[in-house]
Amino acid sequence: MRAFLAIIARDVRLGLRAGGNIGTAIGFFLTVVVLLPIGIGPDMALLQRIAPGALWIALLLSILLSADRIYTADYEDGSLEVLSTGALPLELVALAKALAHWLIAGLPLAIIAPALGFLLNLELALAPMLLLAMATGSLALSLLASMGAAITVGLRKGGLLISLLILPLYIPLLIFGVSVTTGGSGGPDITWPSYLVLLAIVLLALVVSPLASAAALRAHLR
Amino acid sequence: MTEPTLRLCGRELACRRGGRVLFSGLSFEVAAGEMLMLRGPNGVGKTSLLRLVAGFLAPVSGTVVLQGGRADTPLAQQCHFIAHQNAIKPQLSVEENLRFWLAFLGAGEGSLAADENVRLEEAIAALRLQALRHLPGGVLSAGQKRRLALARIALAPRPVWLLDEPTVGLDTDSQAALCELMRRHLEGGGIIIASTHVDFGMPATRTLEMRPPEQPAAVDGEDDWFGADAAAVQADDDGAAGEGRA
Repeated sequence: MRAFLAIIARDVRLGLRAGGNIGTAIGFFLTVVVLLPIGIGPDMALLQRIAPGALWIALLLSILLSADRIYTADYEDGSLEVLSTGALPLELVALAKALAHWLIAGLPLAIIAPALGFLLNLELALAPMLLLAMATGSLALSLLASMGAAITVGLRKGGLLISLLILPLYIPLLIFGVSVTTGGSGGPDITWPSYLVLLAIVLLALVVSPLASAAALRAHLR
Repeated sequence: MTEPTLRLCGRELACRRGGRVLFSGLSFEVAAGEMLMLRGPNGVGKTSLLRLVAGFLAPVSGTVVLQGGRADTPLAQQCHFIAHQNAIKPQLSVEENLRFWLAFLGAGEGSLAADENVRLEEAIAALRLQALRHLPGGVLSAGQKRRLALARIALAPRPVWLLDEPTVGLDTDSQAALCELMRRHLEGGGIIIASTHVDFGMPATRTLEMRPPEQPAAVDGEDDWFGADAAAVQADDDGAAGEGRA
């Protein structure tokens, strides 16, 4: 358990220091959300309609953008080899690194998203559900992204490949994440059923991602 | 720290990298308190042999066994592997780097926090890192980074040390410090396998001369018990106890 927490603490610290992940992810998120209304124009009703979806897409892309850093640095400087000789199974190492990525990229974005939502004329009533859906969903986003990062770890330009591999897996999260936010407006209320499906996907990713990541990392270390 | 009966044996190992056979039929044995030096030209497979022992590479054939080790623990977890890369985070200070590895590698030993601080201080002192402890890893020189990487082996007790060219970039004083660390490890019943071009002058050293498989194996000494196509083995037993093999 101590080794597990040590990895999380180290990765969070690395993310917060210069050259870390957190700046990249938040900067990109901010750019998309600021540029979108400028590109679409001052149609308040349209902006309000697309706000939840736009925020979710910005979240997906920011997380993907920072994903290739999850394992690359550790792979290049040899830390990954040492991590694989510890008493902690590689699966838990992978889980710790994914959780750290969530803490420095997914969770901060989920927290600032409702605030930035005002740039997109997000309905105030939707903000709490958006926060809840994003905070939960971004955990699955980080887990899946770290799986992609583990698969592409030895490749020079792995970032693009991660997007291609992982974006299809993001589609269910996007659908249910948005419908948690907007489920209450129009038609039957599907907010909580959607949230339960979102939770189910998070739990699935929580199990599959560490196993798949560890298998991929083992293959790369050979 | 380790049982005196410890013995690391590699038998009939073969390794293939990139479709090319690096070595085959390679065998070695190192007992507790002994050091095995791997020598040979670049590209002959010294690093691959070390990675194979550490479990990062699967041998094409053959086995590596640590006799007398903890049976419930994989060999990789009983080894310290110092590779070419130093596993240092440039954003973290020397002490933070070491504290992380201490928490990661030392976990599971059931050690106390006070214990760990002692080990940290010992490791810092052993590699003479006191003056550098608050500097970020990114500003260290190549030799200082190497010392920081080597300090890792002093953090957690593990019976087998696998050192891949440990002296690269080290000045003479640091080499002496490393020698001292290695001598203490051997006296404590540990095992060291090092690929190196420097003679450490350890009391019990064996040498494994590795040669490319194309060339006929040159046999140093009269025995060719390893008579394989890959490597001739010369045992330099300067009074190494219990040479009951062959």
